[in-house]
Amino acid sequence: MKVRVSVQLKPGILDPQGKAVEHGLHDFGFAVDHVRIGRLIEMDVPGTDPSEVKAKALAMCEKLLVNPVMEKASIEVV
Amino acid sequence: MRVAVPVFPGSNCDHDAIHACGTVMGWDTVPVWHQEPRLPEGTELVIVPGGFSYGDYLRCGAIAALAPIMADVKRHADNGGLVLGICNGFQILCEAQLLPGALLRNESLRFIHKDVHLRVERADLPFTRAMKAGAVFQVPIAHAEGNFTIDPADLADLEARGGVAFRYCSPAGELGEAHVPNGAMNGIAGVVNLRGNVLGMMPHPERAVDPKLGPTGGLGMFKSLAETFVGA
Repeated sequence: MKVRVSVQLKPGILDPQGKAVEHGLHDFGFAVDHVRIGRLIEMDVPGTDPSEVKAKALAMCEKLLVNPVMEKASIEVV
Repeated sequence: MRVAVPVFPGSNCDHDAIHACGTVMGWDTVPVWHQEPRLPEGTELVIVPGGFSYGDYLRCGAIAALAPIMADVKRHADNGGLVLGICNGFQILCEAQLLPGALLRNESLRFIHKDVHLRVERADLPFTRAMKAGAVFQVPIAHAEGNFTIDPADLADLEARGGVAFRYCSPAGELGEAHVPNGAMNGIAGVVNLRGNVLGMMPHPERAVDPKLGPTGGLGMFKSLAETFVGA
């Protein structure tokens, strides 16, 4: 099954990259706020049971995909 | 004294570490390829060098932390062996959970390379025992991700247990945001584990040891290590 793991900086963690992009958007006249930049990891995971596949993705997050000091993830099984 | 320097694809300060330990200090220093399962017999100090291991993919140090040699570096640390992580080496030690916290992108978003001043917060470590608490030394930094971050509760713990080894400061030793090049919390430049045998730092003491190449502000740390192993 296709799995999408979206990794975001935790709230409160400074995101200088997001800030820079926010300033860029302001330069184009877009009135945006709180721009945060994350990472989207997409993969095929063997299995047919969405909850089982999600559990595998969660284990991957804990082992490697996410650094819990600064990041959190949301998992979507498609 | 035997020193091992793990080398990852993308390490680029391995030779600086080998020059400092081997040529300048005269220690038996060997590079160890990341795929090796074991450190050389009799290794007393491991220096995890700077660079861009695995191209900084995923997060700085995240992939290197999984390399086969790192399992043995953890074993070495668990047995009380000394481990010094410099720059990317610090990031790797954080990712390997040998040290707390994480190194985020510099507040300025820029790669910063310049000399900085550090204040010694812990002068009782194997890495610092030849230095004085509160002393200031000058070493270079060269990084884009040196912004030390940790959650507020863990920061309070880290400070309370004396986990901060070095802080960025002015040449006179004053602390304050103005002297922190990268946005690091509490001006933290170097962190030590509870046991005092694993130290990680963003600045490069190994690049400031050879008078033929410039200032030698980093020598205090290497002299400390010499005292630790050979005796004063």
